[in-house]
Amino acid sequence: MPRIGVFVCQCGNNIAATVDTKKVAEEMAKLPGVVYTTDYKFMCSSPGQEMLKKAIIDNKLDGVIVSACSPHMHEKTFRKASEAAGLNPYRCEITNIREQCSWVHHDKTKKTGTIKSTDLTRMVIERLKRNRPLTKIKIPVRKKALVIGGGIAGIQAALDIAEGGREVILVEKEPSIGGNMARLSETFPTMDCSQCILTPKMVEAELNERITLYTYSEVEKVDGYIGNFTVQIRKKARYVDEALCTGCGECIEKCPFKAESQFEVGLTKRKIIYTPFPQSVPNVPVIDAPNCPKIQKDKCGACAIVCGPKCIDFKQQDRIETVDVGAIIVATGYQNMANERFGEYGYGRIKDVISGMQFERLASSSGPTGGEIRRPSDGKIPKSVVFIQCVGSRDEKKGVSYCSKVCCMYTAKHTMLYSHKVHDGQSYVFYMDIRSGGKRYEEFVRKAIEHDHAMYLRGRVSRVYEKDGKVIVQGADTLSGSQVEIEADMVVLATAIVSRDGADTLAQKLGIGYDKYRFYNEYHPKLKPVETVTAGIFLAGTCMGPMDIPESVAQGSAAASKALALFSADEMTRKPVTALVNRATCNACWDCLTACPYTAIEREDVRNRQGETIRWLARVNEGVCQGCGVCVAACRSKSIDLRGYTDEQVFAAINAF
Amino acid sequence: MTMKIPYYPGCTLNTVAKGFDATAREAALKIGFEMEELKLWNCCGATFPLTPDNLIALSAPAKVLSNARKEGDTVTTLCSVCYNVLKRTNKVIKDDKEKRGVINGFIDSEYDGSLSVLHYLEVLRDKIGFARLKEAVKRPLKGIKAATYYGCMLLRPFEDIGIDDAEKPTIFENMLSALGATPVDFPNKIECCGAHLAMNNTDVVEKLSGNVMTSAVDNGAELIVTSCPLCQYNLEKSQKRLIEERPGYTGVPVVYFTQVLGLAIGADINTLGFEKNEYSIMPLLHRKGIVAGED
Ligand SMILES: Cc1cc2nc3c(=O)[nH]c(=O)nc-3n(C[C@H](O)[C@H](O)[C@H](O)COP(=O)(O)OP(=O)(O)OC[C@H]3O[C@@H](n4cnc5c(N)ncnc54)[C@H](O)[C@@H]3O)c2cc1C
Ligand code: SF4
Ligand code: SF4
Repeated sequence: MPRIGVFVCQCGNNIAATVDTKKVAEEMAKLPGVVYTTDYKFMCSSPGQEMLKKAIIDNKLDGVIVSACSPHMHEKTFRKASEAAGLNPYRCEITNIREQCSWVHHDKTKKTGTIKSTDLTRMVIERLKRNRPLTKIKIPVRKKALVIGGGIAGIQAALDIAEGGREVILVEKEPSIGGNMARLSETFPTMDCSQCILTPKMVEAELNERITLYTYSEVEKVDGYIGNFTVQIRKKARYVDEALCTGCGECIEKCPFKAESQFEVGLTKRKIIYTPFPQSVPNVPVIDAPNCPKIQKDKCGACAIVCGPKCIDFKQQDRIETVDVGAIIVATGYQNMANERFGEYGYGRIKDVISGMQFERLASSSGPTGGEIRRPSDGKIPKSVVFIQCVGSRDEKKGVSYCSKVCCMYTAKHTMLYSHKVHDGQSYVFYMDIRSGGKRYEEFVRKAIEHDHAMYLRGRVSRVYEKDGKVIVQGADTLSGSQVEIEADMVVLATAIVSRDGADTLAQKLGIGYDKYRFYNEYHPKLKPVETVTAGIFLAGTCMGPMDIPESVAQGSAAASKALALFSADEMTRKPVTALVNRATCNACWDCLTACPYTAIEREDVRNRQGETIRWLARVNEGVCQGCGVCVAACRSKSIDLRGYTDEQVFAAINAF
Repeated sequence: MTMKIPYYPGCTLNTVAKGFDATAREAALKIGFEMEELKLWNCCGATFPLTPDNLIALSAPAKVLSNARKEGDTVTTLCSVCYNVLKRTNKVIKDDKEKRGVINGFIDSEYDGSLSVLHYLEVLRDKIGFARLKEAVKRPLKGIKAATYYGCMLLRPFEDIGIDDAEKPTIFENMLSALGATPVDFPNKIECCGAHLAMNNTDVVEKLSGNVMTSAVDNGAELIVTSCPLCQYNLEKSQKRLIEERPGYTGVPVVYFTQVLGLAIGADINTLGFEKNEYSIMPLLHRKGIVAGED
């Protein structure tokens, strides 16, 4: 006969107002197997916990039930107390008589609440009688992290983890780390030069002995689970031997051909063998193979001739390397929506209509104009510039429904940069609302308007066209209720921030979720902002949605601290509430494998003595299983059970009702 | 056998814009398809059905669609307004089950929105193909700088209509290129002409259509080509002011695309209704040597 104790909590008046806790305790005492019952004002208080422990020891209880608040609140507390008194913690169960009973019933006679609490508790007693003691799962942890994406968020995460004493692999798909921030001129709200604050971090990442850089590389395949990931990385052929290259740049100098520079957002050209920008990390060039005549049709080869250390190898192939890590941080960032999508603004047809990112390059002292604002068509200094905000953002029909969050701020920044560089110039900004929430952000925008005389017009632009060397902007000024037409020299579009091409494919490799815009989903938007549903994989920066540099950096650090916490012990423990396959009845139909959202089900080969496979079985990877129970419902032969919630237990509870 | 295409002419083309209708039919025959007028049709309701919440106004176009469905699975129109009304009504019936029920109840039908509503231009582009059209050309419009005026109804709302990119359409230009003309791009080609305000607020129409004309002419247009009877009317009327204001300006012909289509594929010049245009195209054709004769 089991020896069960039942503890009914009053939770002050939270429960006691509508439930007669004493009566519930008395009723429970009548049930077979229940040897001890009581009610108490606050079970979670120290005296409450002490009472629980004492009762377990004094009455030799082999199972306890606390009828109190939701298990989300204090299951941990009571299981800990039970364990301290020598009980297997999974022999302690909670009945929720607060959220699901006392709070929702208003019967002051306490009749309804008492009957329901009695029923609920009786059900849990029956379930508890069939509880098997469970032991926590222990998983070894590899104390090494993988960071995917070397923008500011990823760099920050890598540096913090290295600082915390752990090794990091930083994978970046471009030839250099730095991401979008490397392109920016000066940054709001403090107007520090972007390169000046970014490049020291890039160099630090390169020199730190705990950080291994894999640039021009991409993640090919991810296997395993928290603490134990195996990742294949594709090192794309650079055609330059990284180990030998001294970064002298002779090859770049001598290369006779050019192609459009992606880093300069098409504003200028770069050589076929190139580094994206002068401060690239690593300072090792790469050959743009599709455009290189040597690689395509064996003509040229100038770079190899001039290269002193002979590190150019036109035959180099992609290489796949496999690494083992314990945690993964995804920081793959954003891109801007294609500007051509908005025919009314004429981007692509009218040379002097440019994107915000192109304006950053024009304003940057390392950019194609050396920091002078000159328009692309004829190189003249524009005397009037129109900035159009919300291009594609907050536009459900043609773009995306969300606000891109940084464009109000960077447009204000652009008007400031413009007025500092072109003293007699006039800027106009078409906006829908000005969104400048953030420390010192509103003041920043006010300064652009009041000090730098940006003319803000609240309304949309309907058409942009060329006329006699001018760019005519037609729009509405909704505050004065009139139509306006501005003869501008240049137009700048604040185009929406969107997720990277291929963000979905990467998410599928990693087994993490994304929204309809392919931004990655955090586990909980408030309380778990850098975690994903897949344990051991964390997020940082704009791969989750639009944000600015301060936020991206904060998230990089937050994700790093999560990884470091995971690395703080040699083993990690997990709740043993996982699925268990009945090997006798499983017929390998793989319904569970398709159903499992965490890819926790594996195919197990059953072999005979000759080593031949004779059948297959589903096997649950306990490191990955989250105990959601989807496979239990999917299994047609009823071969899977969830520990702690077996069919037997659940049916017993239902029968007890 | 020539391909037969179910055709909804609409009221305007049956009355004041008869030439539009006749030239389209004639051109079709020359290209190799036949516009077969629906046996049973009624007015589409013109602009009235375009309010979103007034279902009763959708009953007229719904009836057109429901009857047309009995004759085939497509219906083709020429008038931009008819096209717009029929296509949007069809979408409502197709996508909104609840509204479909109400509308059908009202007109006593069981129409489900399965018709595809086409514009004549779409037939040319998608069923015939501009390449084939080019082969059919007998009288290339060489040297004519023609501005294509789309107006609103042919393109918007873009998510309902979708004939082309609503902000930078090219279907018209591509057709004109096939006919040998040189399309003129101008910023106002998709700007509103003022539409029905022609009835009670002529100032607005004069201004908007005037802007369209000025912008087209400034960009070198010698001819305006359009697909909408109302646009055609407004653009012609608005030129009075330009003639007064601009020394030397004598007006630019505004024609239906079917007229130039007929012209290019060799229809009898006297059947194309050019005499109905306020500003005659003939001097231009003479000047360019497309039709023999003198101004
Ligand atoms: C015009 C403009 C101006 C701005 N001005 C400011 C400003 O003044 N102040 C401010 O605070 N913010 C500004 N921002 C916002 C700022 O750019 C971002 O907040 C910041 O760059 C985000 O950094 P990130 O690391 O999240 O992303 P990113 O900078 O996009 O970095 C992501 C990195 O991951 C790499 N990557 C992507 N996919 C993969 C993959 N599959 N495998 C490996 N690597 C991958 C990319 O190549 C890239 O290097 C501006 C934005 C724009 C568009
Ligand atoms: S071989 Fe290719 S990369 Fe090298 S110099 Fe010639 S074009 Fe440039
Ligand atoms: S930040 Fe400003 S400009 Fe950008 S989408 Fe939001 S409101 Fe529009």
